Amino acid sequence: MTINWTEFTPLMSFLGGVLIGAAAFILMLTKGRIMGVSGILAGLLPPNSSFELFWRLAFIAGIIAGPLLLTRFGLYNIEAVAVAEGGILYLAALLVGLGTAIGSGCTSGHGICGLSRLSVRSMMAVATFVLAGVLAVFVMRHLM
Amino acid sequence: MGLALLSAAISGIIFGIGLALAGMLNPAKVAGFLDIFGLWDPSLMLVMAGGIAVNAAGYFLFLRSGKPLFASSFSLPEARQIDKKLIIGSVLFGVGWGLAGLCPGPVVASIGLDPLSILPFLAVMLAGLKLGVIIRTRI
Repeated sequence: MTINWTEFTPLMSFLGGVLIGAAAFILMLTKGRIMGVSGILAGLLPPNSSFELFWRLAFIAGIIAGPLLLTRFGLYNIEAVAVAEGGILYLAALLVGLGTAIGSGCTSGHGICGLSRLSVRSMMAVATFVLAGVLAVFVMRHLM
Repeated sequence: MGLALLSAAISGIIFGIGLALAGMLNPAKVAGFLDIFGLWDPSLMLVMAGGIAVNAAGYFLFLRSGKPLFASSFSLPEARQIDKKLIIGSVLFGVGWGLAGLCPGPVVASIGLDPLSILPFLAVMLAGLKLGVIIRTRI
C-alpha cells in the first residue's frame, strides 16, 4: 500500500465530514429521520404518500443547492473527474440503485447514520460495500 | 409544516456543501480511496471520522429520548438481522460505487453542477432503486 500524499486532503475532508454529520443530526433532531439518500430518493418514487413527499423534496433541493452556492459565489472550486463512461457507467448506476434498495442503505444511511448509532447491520453493510468497491477498483485498474 | 420543510432544506444544503468540501463529488477521489492496492488516497476515512463524530455525539447526547422538534416521533430502522438482502444489496452497491466513483448523495449533489452527464446516471440509478424495492420484497 502506497499513500497518495499529493491527493490526500485531510483537513477539507474532515471539515466536509463534520458538515455531513451536522446535516444528519439536524434532520434527525427536526424530522426524526435518518439522513439516508437512497431511502429518501426511493420514497419519492411512485407510489408514495404526498404528506411524506414534501420534506424529501425540500431535502433533495437543499442538496442540489449547496454545491451551487459554493460555486456561484466562487467560494470553492469543485473538482470532478469521471472514472467510467458508456456501458460501464450505466451498469454502475443500475447497481448503485439496485444495491442500495436491496441492502436498505448507502454511504450516508449506513455509513454515517448507521455507524453513528452503532448499528451492527450498518457495520456489516459498510464493511461489505467498501470491500466490494475495493475489489471493483482492483479489477478495473490492475487486472484489465 | 413550514419549519419542518425549512429544516429539511437546511440539512440538505449543509449536506451538499459538506460533500463538495470533502471531495466526495469527485469520482476520481472516491476511486482513489478504494484503490488500496494502487496509490491510496485515505481522505474518505476522515470524511467518515468527522461525520460519525459529530452525528454520534448529537445522537447520544440529545436524541435518545423525547421527540423530534417538528415530527411526532423518531423514525428509526427496526431491522436487526444480518440477512442475505443486506449482504447481496451491499455487494451490488459496492461494485457500482467502485466502478463509477459515485453513490446516491454525490449524484444528487452534482445535478446542478453538471446536469448533462449526471441526469442520465440519475435516471438509471432511480430505475435501479425502483427495481430493487420490488426485488427486496421477493427474496
